[in-house]
Amino acid sequence: MDDDLVRCLVPGVLAVLVRRGADFAAAEDAVQDALVEALRTWDRQVPRDPRGWLVTVAWRRYLDATRAETARRRREGLVDAEPEPGPVAPGDDSLRLHFLCAHPSLSPSAAVALTLRAVGGLTTRQIAQAYLVPEATVAQRISRAKRALAGVRLTEPGDVGTVLRVLYLVFNEGYSGDVDLAAEAIRLTRQLAAAVDHPEVAGLLALMLLHHARRAARTDGSGALVPLAEQDRSRWDTALITEGVAVLQGALARDRLGEFQAQAAVAALHADAPTAAETDWVQVVEWYDELLRLTGSPVVRLNRAVAVGEADGGQAGLAALTGVDPGLPRYAAVSAHLHERAGRTAAAAQLYAEAAHRATSAAERDHLVKQAARLNSRAPAPPRPGT
Amino acid sequence: MAKYLLLKHYRGAPAPVNDVPMDRWTPEEVTAHLAYMRDFATKLEGTGEFVDGQALAPEGTFVRYDGEGRPPVTDGPFAETKDLVAGWMVIDVDSYERAVELAGELSAAPGAGGRPIHEWLELRPFLTEPPTVTE
Repeated sequence: MDDDLVRCLVPGVLAVLVRRGADFAAAEDAVQDALVEALRTWDRQVPRDPRGWLVTVAWRRYLDATRAETARRRREGLVDAEPEPGPVAPGDDSLRLHFLCAHPSLSPSAAVALTLRAVGGLTTRQIAQAYLVPEATVAQRISRAKRALAGVRLTEPGDVGTVLRVLYLVFNEGYSGDVDLAAEAIRLTRQLAAAVDHPEVAGLLALMLLHHARRAARTDGSGALVPLAEQDRSRWDTALITEGVAVLQGALARDRLGEFQAQAAVAALHADAPTAAETDWVQVVEWYDELLRLTGSPVVRLNRAVAVGEADGGQAGLAALTGVDPGLPRYAAVSAHLHERAGRTAAAAQLYAEAAHRATSAAERDHLVKQAARLNSRAPAPPRPGT
Repeated sequence: MAKYLLLKHYRGAPAPVNDVPMDRWTPEEVTAHLAYMRDFATKLEGTGEFVDGQALAPEGTFVRYDGEGRPPVTDGPFAETKDLVAGWMVIDVDSYERAVELAGELSAAPGAGGRPIHEWLELRPFLTEPPTVTE
């Protein structure tokens, strides 16, 4: 049996059951049952219409299970409620599933796990490997999420913003087992973009494509982090950049700016520069101004200071940093970079060391320690304490 | 979405509020304590926040390289060791606040007299992979 085929089919089958009025948890169980049945029988002969086959078997399982649980008298009602078989709109179905799996009542980790399983068609094991947690933990997250959704009917359009946040979380996850989470997030966002007409969906898709395009250049052969300015731009994926820019332009033309579009615009400006030195930093700062207006986020203010530093020099960057909360992650790293740019080497070295101490990822820490070491090895070493 | 290590110390943490060594408890109190720890882990499995947990023996050995072709040097345990880890639990939670909440709950395990120990647990975030979107 073809795993990829089944993975593509499962979400659609699940969506049909949910649309027909099946409770989400019961529908998921029924689809799993149908898959087991498929595993048993498809080796001999794959049906002509695998999706139709799965829908029929899963719906039958669902009805059986429901009948067993509820009083016999409800049986006819359920059978009557079954819509006539006919063409289904896959777009609408997968969209409903996206919204259900990103329901605001779910915690972020539960929404992510459920989306990957129900919309992405990943197995519990694949999700567990990707997030480096035990399979039982993911299984529990999913079953709790399903319980939380029991009885939830999506009669109105869901919240696009919540769905986008879940996909963004998936994309940002660096871990990977045999599933590439960044690629998976892009696949799901494409699917969402095909089903819903919203400039921010396009904005997120563009953002993902533009960042994914740089992936090969983000780390060197040994896995160490390579900062944007030092990346080998010939290793950027130009096809993804072209697509990302086109998607972004389409979204911007709609004149409904949102934070993902603005972030994608910054990424597009980087992608557009043949060398780091030729980056249009003035425009980058303008997009950060837009982002700041949209979000008021302190992290945006911090990133804006970096862009100001590049556009107008380290001193201006440090001025832009005043009033930014020093408790923010990466504050010390940004401050170190701006101090170095302003020619204050000793202070920069000390700040790089502090930033390394506060880094949240091993690759980031290693990079920052190297920066501190680079500056310290230029100047005579300060006397060690106690000597 | 973020992993934390909860470290339980034999020695090295500040003194707990209910500071009676375990060997002075009644057997029932020890049983209640162990049951609390077990139930806590089971509860986290249920919420999808459990990653791993193990207890460590108090005796450990220091080992170091002693040059080409020579066996590693071993030493210890050292009486002056300030910090002695008793065991760990790894959790995967949605926020730092949730990690603190769970550590607080674990610290309330019952001790002497059936009252919470109020022991100090060390909470350490894991270093992760850098996020894909950085600037």
